[in-house]
Amino acid sequence: MNDAPAEAPAVFRRHHLLALVPLLALLFAPYIANRLEPRVLGMPLLLGWIVVWVLLTSVVMFVMLHLDGDAPDVEFTDAER
Amino acid sequence: MNIPLAIIAVTLIAAFLFCLRGFRSMTLEQWSVGGRGFGTVFVFLLLAGEIYTTFTFLGGSGWAYGRGAPAFYIITYGTVAYIMSYWLLPAIWRRATTWRVLSQPEFFATAYDSPLLGKLVALVSIAALIPYLVLQLKGLGIIMSEVSDGLVTSTAAIWIGTAATVVYVVLAGIKGSALNAALKDILVLIAVVGLGIALPYAHFGGIGAMFDRVIAANPKFLVLPDSGQSQSWFVSTVALTAMGFYMWPHTFGSIFSAKDARVFRRNAALMPLYQLILLFVFFVGFTALLVVPGLTGSDTDLSLLRIVRATYGPWIVGFVGAAGLLTALVPGSMIMMSAATMLARLCRPANTQSGAASLTLARLFVPVVAGVALVFTFQGGSTLVTMLLMGYSMVTQLFPALMAVLWKGRAANANAAIAGIVAGEVTVAALTLSSSSLATLLPSLPTAITDLNIGVVAMTANVLAMFVVTALFPRRLVTSPLA
Repeated sequence: MNDAPAEAPAVFRRHHLLALVPLLALLFAPYIANRLEPRVLGMPLLLGWIVVWVLLTSVVMFVMLHLDGDAPDVEFTDAER
Repeated sequence: MNIPLAIIAVTLIAAFLFCLRGFRSMTLEQWSVGGRGFGTVFVFLLLAGEIYTTFTFLGGSGWAYGRGAPAFYIITYGTVAYIMSYWLLPAIWRRATTWRVLSQPEFFATAYDSPLLGKLVALVSIAALIPYLVLQLKGLGIIMSEVSDGLVTSTAAIWIGTAATVVYVVLAGIKGSALNAALKDILVLIAVVGLGIALPYAHFGGIGAMFDRVIAANPKFLVLPDSGQSQSWFVSTVALTAMGFYMWPHTFGSIFSAKDARVFRRNAALMPLYQLILLFVFFVGFTALLVVPGLTGSDTDLSLLRIVRATYGPWIVGFVGAAGLLTALVPGSMIMMSAATMLARLCRPANTQSGAASLTLARLFVPVVAGVALVFTFQGGSTLVTMLLMGYSMVTQLFPALMAVLWKGRAANANAAIAGIVAGEVTVAALTLSSSSLATLLPSLPTAITDLNIGVVAMTANVLAMFVVTALFPRRLVTSPLA
């Protein structure tokens, strides 16, 4: 292997399932919150729901980042992929 | 002299001088992917620089103004793409770095050991990039003629903007774009957040009060309708556009510039916060609907500029115009660089890795790409948005082939990938050019199905073709040993 990179595939870990929560909340937002009321900071509920989940996405990603730490994973090799 | 123009001219010159700080003697690898040495901040700037374009700001406020709730998909799909990026981008980066590829077609060609696939991807990429570049140039022309009150014609603005961009792309490469993106992001952040809060307050006394007025005028405007751009439209459109998000060749190429994979995980957490800038764009669009009503069709894209002009004096108009200028030029520069790198690598592939000759070739292609875009800019009519949407659908068709590589590695079947991409692209072209929707194709089905984004059909054709070819030809027909 030439120039093996410092890091390797992020093995999917159990806490990565956390990301499913904002993913589903955003993707299916109109099935959950396609209404005007209650208003969120003056915004109609659908927009407010999306905004709140965009913020929570960031929070969830920071939590995942923290749980993953900076430890390098398995090295990527051309042979196995 | 016209004050907005003076501000814009100063910004253009400052941006020009600023980005030349990135100029030094360099190799193609340094020119097009920054020597693969960018950290979190530079990669953030690059991605934010090319994702948030004139289309985002003019089109985002235009959608809010003209369509209401369906506009919310714009803020949603980007965030969904950022969630995916936590795994997707490190996986792409690791391979690209190991293989030392500089462009998206090379990535696919190397991943599948198939130069033919590489050429196919290059064709798709160029066909999708040119309309995107043209749209930026058109946006630039609109902004300049609006804020200068017609003093600078759209044509003159497009020529000046394009010339300046070509020069700085040729000289400074990706470092120049990243530096300019920093300037752009600061100006845009101030302009958009400022306007999004100030305009509703100035006209209605607050954001909630502004929404009260919108709801009073049309109670159904801020929820998705039962048919048309309904719930199933929203879900399918968000899913498809999120898949296509990183498939744009210039965005894909920016991934190669990172120095390690952690950069992407940090950005996956940061980018959603930046995405909220779109919320303020929507506030501007909704306020404009109440204050400067009457714009229809593609004119809704003017809503942001119109309300700014109706509300503020020349200094603020100039500032917004300057921010708008950079939202056209920064993505424009990256598109030019990406297309030029692709063309240079097509003409002189592999092993001549970082030679000065290939950099010269890439630099020569920059004005060529810009020239082609100028021709389309001055000739193309309102079909442009159709072309852009078609471009987006086209790059999205690369997603299954990418997934196959990440899943199966080099055991993935090149014939299947080629079949899938061809099937997908042909379907996209046929559906777009005949302006079909599922409602026209299958009128008897329930609206939940006919409202699905038509791209679902192309994606299904793509994946089916991949499975069929894999089943028929399980082994690769053509294999070539890799150096």
